Amino acid sequence: MPNFTGAEIVIKSLLSQGVDTVFGYPGGAVLPIYDEIFKEKQIKHILVRHEQAAVHAAEGYARSTGKTGVVLVTSGPGATNAVTGMTDALMDSIPLVVLTGQVPTFMIGNDAFQEADTVGITRPCTKHNWLVRDTNKLAETIHKAFHVAANGRPGPVLVDIPKDVQFADGIFKEPKEIKNTYHVRRVRPDNASIEEVSQAIRNAKKPMIYSGGGVINSGKKASNLLRMLVSKTNFPITSTLMGLGSYPASGENWLGMLGMHGTYEANMAMHDCDVLICIGARFDDRITGRTDAFSPNSYKIHIDIDPSSINKNIQVDVPLVSDIEIALKEIINTWEKGGSETQRTSIKKWWSKISEWKNVKCLAYKQAGEFIKPQYAIDRLEKITSKMDRYITTEVGQHQMWAAQYMKFEEPNRWMTSGGLGTMGYGFPSSIGVQIAYPKSLVINVAGEASWLMNMQELGTAVQYGLPVKQFILNNERLGMVRQWQELLHGERYSHSWSESLPDFEKLADAYGIKGITCSNPKYLDDSIEEMVNHPGPVIFNCVVEKHENCFPMIPSGKAHNEMILGEIGEKDSVDSAGAVLV
Amino acid sequence: MTDLDIKKGSNNKSAYNLRDPLSELTESHTLAVMVDNESGVLARVIGLFSGRGYNIDSLTVAEVDHSGKLSRITIVTNGTPAVIEQIKAQLERMVPVHAVHDLTVEGRTIERELALIKVAGSGEKRVEALRLADVFRANVVDSTLKSFTFEIKGTPEKIDAFCDLMRPLGLKELARTGVAALSRGK
Repeated sequence: MPNFTGAEIVIKSLLSQGVDTVFGYPGGAVLPIYDEIFKEKQIKHILVRHEQAAVHAAEGYARSTGKTGVVLVTSGPGATNAVTGMTDALMDSIPLVVLTGQVPTFMIGNDAFQEADTVGITRPCTKHNWLVRDTNKLAETIHKAFHVAANGRPGPVLVDIPKDVQFADGIFKEPKEIKNTYHVRRVRPDNASIEEVSQAIRNAKKPMIYSGGGVINSGKKASNLLRMLVSKTNFPITSTLMGLGSYPASGENWLGMLGMHGTYEANMAMHDCDVLICIGARFDDRITGRTDAFSPNSYKIHIDIDPSSINKNIQVDVPLVSDIEIALKEIINTWEKGGSETQRTSIKKWWSKISEWKNVKCLAYKQAGEFIKPQYAIDRLEKITSKMDRYITTEVGQHQMWAAQYMKFEEPNRWMTSGGLGTMGYGFPSSIGVQIAYPKSLVINVAGEASWLMNMQELGTAVQYGLPVKQFILNNERLGMVRQWQELLHGERYSHSWSESLPDFEKLADAYGIKGITCSNPKYLDDSIEEMVNHPGPVIFNCVVEKHENCFPMIPSGKAHNEMILGEIGEKDSVDSAGAVLV
Repeated sequence: MTDLDIKKGSNNKSAYNLRDPLSELTESHTLAVMVDNESGVLARVIGLFSGRGYNIDSLTVAEVDHSGKLSRITIVTNGTPAVIEQIKAQLERMVPVHAVHDLTVEGRTIERELALIKVAGSGEKRVEALRLADVFRANVVDSTLKSFTFEIKGTPEKIDAFCDLMRPLGLKELARTGVAALSRGK
């Protein structure tokens, strides 16, 4: 059997896993691998400007394509910089394989230059990680890493490769030669549970479907099955931030996003429903509000691939540990075999109740005066781009919630956002990853100026690879969400929640040789957005918006779904001391 | 849910079959976790407990299958029923974990622990220590004119009881192995 160097084995393993794109940054401990990348033309390496951005870009790539994202960084600071991205991917179940260089095995533990205990540091922020001490184990480990990242509940994994292992000779193996001991739980749900679910569908008078990112992770077929279930049953459906797009926003049964900044109708329906079907979501605290008052009268069904998600935050009646696609298929089949019944009259009544809630028009805003309302900016962006082949990424904060509220997603994998970890600085590199995957599509990062500054160094990457990513920055010169919470909870003491010394965004664009647009007048907004969209290269769009706009509706911390606040009235006293300690 | 004609708990995975899931009472559970004996596996398991705020009362680990490179980690933990269920689910999804057995609910178990106890004293106390050691079937594994070192094995409760008795008699040092446990039968 021919021997290869460890570095060659890394590249051969990536190729046999079908990898065509790697996001990375070189350094001393990965030089042998970079030497192989130099020779290998089949793998496109995207040089980022910071390792955190490499991971977010890989996340954007993975989320938009359904493939596993690959990251290559060096030891020590390279690895520690990647930690935030891996934690983000772990929280949002994004499959990533992160390869890190390490100091040579004989120097591990000696506080060598650029040494860090990478597997130790990343143990809690990966699904699994490996330190490879033997070149003969390298191919096997990389193949296992890809297997673990993508199977079951997806997530990031890390393979730490000491430099001497990269230089030494060893045996290469193909993926099919590897026996995976890790149990894949792409399990079929048990019949009794399926029967219970279909019976609940038959008997539900006030049903509610609450779907999440798991539907998107399960694949396109799962989204189609979800649509089928909704249209066959006429049940109302809401979704988490991570799940947007699996059911189309134009669909008749769509109630909008639920949760802390979800719509009034979605949250009220969650509170009042009698059967709650949770599909690929995890009852996160942004969704539930006060857990002891969460959907108090409903019979709860939870479909999730990860058994540890079941009964973690909310006790459910029927847990289904299963891949979403398989579970939905079986549920629809069993329910149809039993006669496709639903409580039509009751559900009709339920829908009229829901329309009353819809009539509250919780997302209404008034664009008046000479300042651009941030909601208006997002609304216009949506209207102008909705028919285009469009991918949206976001940073984290008010703009993210407005984007989730006002933008309409018709397909899965079109919406990339940092949900669980809430990582400011996610959006820009993520948009780069998406644009790499879809060079011809329109990729817009909806950002706030504060978040955007956290990874603005990636302008270099966008320019180097000619990526026409559009940075749509809602600039309120504030850390908007922090400011909002300080207004509501901390007596309007705005401690360090403003952006001082902001760059002149047009000059910044100019410095990188790209287009900069500033718009502060609602009259010119549409034209400016058109200009951005039609420009063939990257654009920094500085959208100067009203500074003190709050994001509503909102379930204040420690409150239940039926205690939402809709607007400015009474908001100051809406959080009590028990709620104030929550985040 | 009175309107729904569904018998609660008709499914064996239903939350209703948990021993009162919402109980706030903590209970002690002995978990046997079979893991690949790979580098860092213990840190992984312990990290899960510290990272998610679970308790470890006792921990024993050793390779039990040298050819298969499998280790058995025996953890005594405590928590509410909901927390215990979470601990098991979180352990089960770890990549090197092959199986998690909750010996406390899987039926009757044998739990054993070994302790070495150094007791120093003279006169009547020294005699009493020796006499109690005999009652508890503890062996003397080392002795000087001023001390005994006992070896005792049994359930943690038995060792606790023995240690409590030895304390007024001059207990100087104590080393315990933590619990090793197996289910009875088959």
